[in-house]
Amino acid sequence: MNAWFADPTTLLLGALTGLVFGFLLHKGGVTSFNVIVNQFRFKDFTVLKVMLTAIFVGGIGIYGMRAVGMDVALHVKGTALLANTLGGLIFGIGMVLLGYCPGTAIAAIGAGSRHAIVGVVGMLLGAAVYAEMYPWLQANILGVGNLGKVTIPEQVHISPFLLLIPLGVGAAIAFPRLKSSGRASSS
Amino acid sequence: MPANPVVRLLREPRWSPYLVGAMLGILSWITFATMDKALGTSTTMVRAAGGAERLIAPDHVQSEPYFVKYLGTAQDPKPVFEWQFALVIFLAVGAFIAARLSGKVRAEHVPDLWQQRFGPSKGLRYIAALLGGVILIIGARMAGGCTSGHGLSGGMQLSTSGWIFMAAMFAGGVPTAALLYRGLSDKGGAS
Repeated sequence: MNAWFADPTTLLLGALTGLVFGFLLHKGGVTSFNVIVNQFRFKDFTVLKVMLTAIFVGGIGIYGMRAVGMDVALHVKGTALLANTLGGLIFGIGMVLLGYCPGTAIAAIGAGSRHAIVGVVGMLLGAAVYAEMYPWLQANILGVGNLGKVTIPEQVHISPFLLLIPLGVGAAIAFPRLKSSGRASSS
Repeated sequence: MPANPVVRLLREPRWSPYLVGAMLGILSWITFATMDKALGTSTTMVRAAGGAERLIAPDHVQSEPYFVKYLGTAQDPKPVFEWQFALVIFLAVGAFIAARLSGKVRAEHVPDLWQQRFGPSKGLRYIAALLGGVILIIGARMAGGCTSGHGLSGGMQLSTSGWIFMAAMFAGGVPTAALLYRGLSDKGGAS
C-alpha cells in the first residue's frame, strides 16, 4: 500500500462528497462564526436545525434502505462513556473559542475566513499533541465505560424508526418557534 | 435576476436550514450506499499532522501508537491522502463556490460578534482561534469524532457515542459562550 495516496477513484469520490458537503455548509449559514457561537448562546438555532434535519432525513434513509434489504453497512463508532463525555466537553469549549468545528472551519476558509486558517493550524498542532498524550489516555481514560459499537435502538431494543419519527415530529413542532438568522449580511 | 429558478436558488446567499439539513441527509445516503463511507472530518487532522511529522522525524512517528493506528508502519503503510482527506480539502472548494455564486468572497479577519465583545484586534482573535483549534481537536480525538463524524453520521445512525458526544459538546460550549460573551446585549452579534 502506498504511504501517501489512496487510489484515484477513492480520492475522486471523496473530493466530490467534500465539494457538495462544503457547498451545503455554506448555503446553510454554518460557515459563519456568528451563527455557530450564537447557537451556543441560544440566540440563533440554525446549527441545530441543520443538524437535526440531517439526522432525521439521513437516519430514515439509511435505516430505510436496510429495512428493504439493501446492502448498506452501518459505520457506528465505539462508545466509551468517559472519553465520549470528556472529549465532547473539551470539544465544546474549543468550538466556542474558535467559532467553528473542524468541518465548518475548513469550509469557512473557502468562504473567506482568515481566522479559520489559524484555527486549522491549531487543529494540526492539537493532533500532534494528542498523539503524544495517547499512550497515557489509552491506559487511563479511553477504556473507561467501554460499551463497544452500540446504538441506542440496539441498547433499548426498539426499532430505530420509533426513535427517528418522534425526533422528527418533535423538531417539526419546536423548530418553527425557535429563531434562526435569515439571509446573512456577512458570512 | 435570472429567470431560471435553479440559477436563482444557486445565487441565494442563504438557504433554509431544513433544505440544507435534508440535502446533507441525502448526501449521507449516497456515501453509505455507494461508497461505504460516513461523513467525517477530524481524523484527517491526525493524518495531516502525522504525515507532516513523518517528513521531519519518521522514526518518531513510527514510535507513536496513535499515528501508527492511522498511518500504519513503514512496512505496511496506510495512505495519508485518502477518501476523507480529499473530502476535507474539497470542503473549502465547495464553500468557495457557494460563496462566489452569491457575490464577492470577502476576507474576514475578526467576526462581528467577536469584535463587539473583544474589539478589532486581529492578534487577539488569532490567538483565540489557535487555542480553540488545539483544544477542539484534542477533544474530538479523545471522543473519537467531531460534529460531522459523531454529530451528523453518529446522530443519524442513532449511535450511543454520537448522542453522548452532542450532549457533552453543548454542556461544554454553552457555559463557555455565556462566560465569554457575558454582558453583551441581546442585540449583540445578530448573525
